[in-house]
Amino acid sequence: MTAVTAPRAVTGHSLWQDAWLVLRRNRAAMASLYLLLTTSVLVLFAPYLSPYGFDFTDWDHVSIPPSWQTAHIFGTDGLGRDLFVRTLYGGRISLLVGIVATSVSLLIGVSYGAIAGYVGGRVDQVMMRIVDILYALPFMFLVILLMVFFGRNILLIFVAIGAINWLDMARIVRGQTLSLKNREFVEAARAGGVSSSRIIRRHIVPNLLGVVVVYVTLMIPQVILVESFLSFLGLGVQEPMTSWGALVNDGAAEMENAPWMLVFPALFLTVTLFCFNFLGDGLRDALDPRDRSAP
Amino acid sequence: MLKFVLRRFLVAIPTLLILIGLSFTMIRMAPGGPFDGEKQLPPDIEANLRAAYHLDEPLYQQFGRYVFNLLQGDFGPSFQYRDFSVTELIRSGFPVSLRLGGLAMCLALLVGISAGTIAALRQNSALDHGVMATAMLGISIPNFVMAPLLVLIFAIYLGWLPAGGLGSGELSHLVLPVIALALPQIAYISRLTRGSMIEVLRSNYIRTARAQGLPTRTIILRHALKPALMPVVSYIGPATAAVITGSVVIEQIFSIPGLGRYFVQGALNRDYTLVMGVVVFYGVLIVVFNLLVDIVYRWLDPRVPL
Amino acid sequence: MSAPVLAVADLGVRFAMPDGPVEAVRGLSYEIGPGETLGIVGESGSGKSQSVLALLGLLADNGSVTGSARFDGREILGLPERELNRIRGKRIAMIFQDPMTSLNPYLRIGQQMCRVLQHHQGLDHRSAWQRCAQLLDAVHIAEARSRLDMYPHELSGGMRQRVMIASALLCRPVLLIADEPTTALDVTVQAQILRLMRELRAEFSTSIILITHDLAVVAGNCDRVLVMQAGRAVESGTTDAVFYATRHEYTKALLAAVPRLDQVPPSATRKAPADENFLLAVDDLKVYFEVAGDGLLAAPRTLRAVDGISLRLGAGETLGIVGESGCGKSTLARGILRLVAVTGGRVLLLGSDLGAMDKAALRGMRRNMQLIFQDPLASLNPRMTVHDIVTEPLETFHPEYSRAERTRRAKEILVRVGLDPLLLNRYPHEFSGGQCQRIGIARALILEPRLIICDEPVSALDVTIQARIIELLRTLQAENHIALLFIAHDLAVVRQISQRILVMYLGRVVEIADRDALFDCPRHPYTRALIDAVPVPDPRTERARTAVLLEGDLPSPLDLPTGCGFRTRCPHAVERCAAEVPELQRFGATLVACHRAGEI
Repeated sequence: MTAVTAPRAVTGHSLWQDAWLVLRRNRAAMASLYLLLTTSVLVLFAPYLSPYGFDFTDWDHVSIPPSWQTAHIFGTDGLGRDLFVRTLYGGRISLLVGIVATSVSLLIGVSYGAIAGYVGGRVDQVMMRIVDILYALPFMFLVILLMVFFGRNILLIFVAIGAINWLDMARIVRGQTLSLKNREFVEAARAGGVSSSRIIRRHIVPNLLGVVVVYVTLMIPQVILVESFLSFLGLGVQEPMTSWGALVNDGAAEMENAPWMLVFPALFLTVTLFCFNFLGDGLRDALDPRDRSAP
Repeated sequence: MLKFVLRRFLVAIPTLLILIGLSFTMIRMAPGGPFDGEKQLPPDIEANLRAAYHLDEPLYQQFGRYVFNLLQGDFGPSFQYRDFSVTELIRSGFPVSLRLGGLAMCLALLVGISAGTIAALRQNSALDHGVMATAMLGISIPNFVMAPLLVLIFAIYLGWLPAGGLGSGELSHLVLPVIALALPQIAYISRLTRGSMIEVLRSNYIRTARAQGLPTRTIILRHALKPALMPVVSYIGPATAAVITGSVVIEQIFSIPGLGRYFVQGALNRDYTLVMGVVVFYGVLIVVFNLLVDIVYRWLDPRVPL
Repeated sequence: MSAPVLAVADLGVRFAMPDGPVEAVRGLSYEIGPGETLGIVGESGSGKSQSVLALLGLLADNGSVTGSARFDGREILGLPERELNRIRGKRIAMIFQDPMTSLNPYLRIGQQMCRVLQHHQGLDHRSAWQRCAQLLDAVHIAEARSRLDMYPHELSGGMRQRVMIASALLCRPVLLIADEPTTALDVTVQAQILRLMRELRAEFSTSIILITHDLAVVAGNCDRVLVMQAGRAVESGTTDAVFYATRHEYTKALLAAVPRLDQVPPSATRKAPADENFLLAVDDLKVYFEVAGDGLLAAPRTLRAVDGISLRLGAGETLGIVGESGCGKSTLARGILRLVAVTGGRVLLLGSDLGAMDKAALRGMRRNMQLIFQDPLASLNPRMTVHDIVTEPLETFHPEYSRAERTRRAKEILVRVGLDPLLLNRYPHEFSGGQCQRIGIARALILEPRLIICDEPVSALDVTIQARIIELLRTLQAENHIALLFIAHDLAVVRQISQRILVMYLGRVVEIADRDALFDCPRHPYTRALIDAVPVPDPRTERARTAVLLEGDLPSPLDLPTGCGFRTRCPHAVERCAAEVPELQRFGATLVACHRAGEI
């Protein structure tokens, strides 16, 4: 028997695949991606490699610089606690706050913005006026108030930060939805009798995703920054738990005598923020269709 | 134009009311009063104190009193600094903060716009990459990390500049805090300027100007700069808010007796009226500033009918 | 022949792209003498624009140029910017396609124009201002002085292009390069601008390079023609030689594809069907939009996009709808399909009133009426494969079909619209404009609707592809007995496919007639002006043309004239036209809305 090779259907490249190809060519963004993955793995698992707990006091080695012999590879703080373990534990908090608070604002922002944009008209006007009003509030100060009056509660930090950032998300998503709604392919779907819920699911949301992904990547470092800021002021997580901001605060106070206490947490914090920002920029270049037109 | 200004006002007023209301409720709902010291005050003294500060009245009355006093510029007495009213504290702290913040904003705009423009003109050159990498660092390094590092290098190791305080008002005391405060804004503004400048330089009307044989300088200054700076103008509002927020940390690190420092001290000491006074004061400032920037933006953009 | 103004030899333009260099222009050579007009014709992507941008050093940063271009005997390729700036704007000036984006929105007209004079001729502000006003006069802009204080957005499209031309002529250049100067304009305005350019050429004795995709524009305006395809010149010669003694196959194909008003297309006109068989009946349809007022307490104003339109369409018939931009023809399409809220009137499809239906019933009705869009790529969801795009209507109306069944039907329909069914899993951005439009047609066709509304289906496409899409639509219509409502601004295209034609102006019908009646004996002055304004790809006809052109631009639909909407531009307007809105009057099979239709 001879097999006749039937011509196989050609598979296309989706915009996501194209974006991935562009991103892969962006060395800074890819390096950032790998660094972030490494940091996450470190933060999750590395504390178990060290013999010390995050609140364990090593009375024999108080405030010592980094040394391999004692296994305090980042040194210890004024209470003899291992800085390596504390930095990684702090990273857990910082990254967790970043991800959870961003998810909160993602959820609120996307649904709020998509509803305002898709429904339009009066509803949109009222919803956006509310956002305008809230937008003008000096939220950082309100969050500080919240921290002051209701104590340093991690959950509260999540909620408070998430509650700030959804405004931006809502504005962006609404703007996108509004312009997508008037795009011809959505009109084509409406003319084809496709239901509203299906239009949102099949036509609006998939086209929103690119912008949202970029924005989320850029929002996570902002949130981490806010948490660090609060911790730095002494309003963040409670001792003996810690976060990068709190460690930087401790380090700044001791920087003349024990600069390693400032350098390591500051380095982790900065590099992480740096990577998120670079990755966000790279994603924007890859996902933004504006720059794809060649002359 | 008038309609636009009025509409903006209509947004600003509820914003301020919500702001005052929110901070007021939050403070009243908070556990722990201002008189929860180490030792318990005798009940009659505490009652007298409460009456003196009108804490025994119903909430709405307290709120009404507060708003009424605010309208007259009276933020009430400070709970912590017993001899001063909040208004007096604001009056002493704000000029310091204003000088710090104002200098930082000027520096940020000046350096940010020039760096962004130069990077855009030399797109993809080593200079461009250098400016953008620096800007990325500026965005990623929080100012509470940058400030101690600056102190460590320039004050402690090199000994060029004072590490903190205001001294007797010499400018040298402000150099490090202003730089630390301005750096993130320089970074944002230069990125923003570069992006919009590149977009403008690619536009058809710049091509027209080039086809008309105008020299590059004229094209940049007369044709490109204004449209390219429009996004920067609209960023001035958020930038001001960010500088004010940042000054809280910077004043703390450099021990500068500004409003931000009062705020943090007040927050840690549960000085209700002071904290609220600062929040409301800054809130009004930011709202009014945003309003002004919006109006300026409208006025600069010829496409919107006045 | 005197020495050429510009001699281009072996010009090459290439762009460095991430996937390797792209050659946009290869081995292009031509000469242009003093006072001569050269037309460069080509479809999109032929490199015609890049070839002239390269001359003036205006390529994008990743572009590079090779070869030689001698202007006045001097090599200008590779000149340093400073030297180039002594030529650009002063001795060679350029006009661009899109007058809206080509003028700086942040500067007043006067500021933009004056700077050129101040720089090149060192004039002081006052005399520069004076000269700018003179030039605005020369391009027939009324109240020239006050226009200098305006911003570009305050002017109409035609006016903006006049300003562009005036700016280009400020320094009395030796050579004027016009890159698609009329493509973004309506046909009546295009005629005005082309006439203006002819006048100015005589007055200023400038050589002109006219770049266009439209052979008809070339015919009446150029001494010599150069045809470009894929970066190369395929044919060049005098205009008459290129049109009447065409040598190259590509030029022949191009000429054959252009729909022409001066030749009667073959298909016979059908009689309008009797009253009871109407597939679609539209009665007094109105679509108004509320627009925010200007002043502080001003009431919202009403934009009358569609202002009482009635029409009838029989099964399998084609009705063309023609009008200039902003006349409401697209809104009419969306009003009929209930894609926008309708202010008043009635739409009957297959005898049932769409306005009286509830949401579910209307959705069910949609399988009978489909829409094809102007921008083929924008009308396809970029995140969906062709398969998903084409089968989406099936999922809605035939949920009982299995996936295999849907795929089978999708393949079938792709074959019918002339696409390879193996491309089913591709995404829209991987297709060309013409292919995208075929996908759009496949989507509209898959439910076998009775009515398809085509909203400018070919105006975004090159002329050779245009012809193929029109042919496809005609074939499909004949096979399936579909009624078409064919909306376009291009009279020649509409004429090719329609049996009857409706002419719209400012939201109202000015004339409905059988196709040949409309073209042979247009009764409304607007219809006549519209037909007269269309250039014909025939140099002799164009040279002999003595048509009366419409003056001015379309009034704003927010601020409609009283009485007849057309009276502000009508050469026959009398007092009555300002007082009374003309009703449609019957002349045989033709309906005309003009008070003086009988006399003129």
